[in-house]
Amino acid sequence: MIDGIVEYLAFGMLGVGAVFAVIGGIGVLKFPDFYTRLHAASVTDTMGAWLILGGLMCLAGWTLVSAKLAMILFFLFMTGPTATHALAKTAWYAGVKPLTTDPPEESEGAPPSKP
Amino acid sequence: MLHAISLSAVLFGTWLLLSGYFTTLLISFGILSLAIAVGIALRMDVVDHESHPVHLTWQIPAYWVWLLIEIIKANIDVTKTILGIGDPATPTVINVKPSQRTELGQVIYANSITLTPGTISVELEDGEIMVHALTKGSADDLATGAMDQRVTRMEGGA
Amino acid sequence: MLAFVTIAILLTMALALIRALRGPTVFDRILAVSMVSTKTTLLIAVVGFLFGRPDFLDIALLYALINFVGAIAVLKFYKYGSLGLASHLESVPAPPEPQDSGSSTEKPAS
Repeated sequence: MIDGIVEYLAFGMLGVGAVFAVIGGIGVLKFPDFYTRLHAASVTDTMGAWLILGGLMCLAGWTLVSAKLAMILFFLFMTGPTATHALAKTAWYAGVKPLTTDPPEESEGAPPSKP
Repeated sequence: MLHAISLSAVLFGTWLLLSGYFTTLLISFGILSLAIAVGIALRMDVVDHESHPVHLTWQIPAYWVWLLIEIIKANIDVTKTILGIGDPATPTVINVKPSQRTELGQVIYANSITLTPGTISVELEDGEIMVHALTKGSADDLATGAMDQRVTRMEGGA
Repeated sequence: MLAFVTIAILLTMALALIRALRGPTVFDRILAVSMVSTKTTLLIAVVGFLFGRPDFLDIALLYALINFVGAIAVLKFYKYGSLGLASHLESVPAPPEPQDSGSSTEKPAS
């Protein structure tokens, strides 16, 4: 009985995680500039990755495999934001300007909602 | 010294977890490599409260639970924006002032901002974090300072 | 369900690869490649379960680490033009950072 519930929970987490991952991928293609794409990528890197790994942990149960999955989860949790921040900061210093919707930035010419 | 001991414990746990063998020979190999790793880390002078914040051990799990809920909410918002059923993308750059005293606290705050989808900390300098937000709404949420207070309380309660 | 997840991850990797090919700036490409790396970690883990061989997880763990080091290395190379010595890093005019003492401003991995 309990096993059945845990299995359904695992499959649910895997499915939702997969959907989040694909949506993040679509966002990376669709968004107009570099910084907005970073946000889309962070959807796959947080919810997508965590839910898939969490689902696998539910499938594995209390074993060494689960502990290893938890370790992968922890590494992704720690390194993800650091890598994203490094990328954003380097891009900022390299002069990649973000699209903004504020009025003073009108001189960019392009409407910000351009796909 | 406390940090060296905690580093050793963590490394030894990692060894046991990854090897999965509990014979005398392999465990002694583990202790040997543990000694070398901790020795090198001490010599490099990287064993301190920043590389391994022991004093936050009891505060951090509660904060992570709160952060997880925030991340789930932010994820749903960004997902709606991507699919075009939520607020349209209105990229904004704002500056927020962290109220943490130590650099470690500020880094935890900046990392939390980056981890939450919809906001990314571009730069942390002179006690100011430059944040790029996907929508005006997420920028406003950040500007209320709820996350800032959480991190400060966690840091101060240590 | 595991097969579905595998296909979804492969689809995400394909989308990221299209971005890597199209990306106007070098940073878009780095972003796409680092996304592909994260997905590879997940793919190895899921495929390990799909084929009933959880030993694959060790490889996934290794990949998660290499992914991070690789992204930081590419960015560092882009910023300083070299991966090497600290003395070389100091001689390069760094971006405006007040009390810059060489490579010590690198963000520590927490």
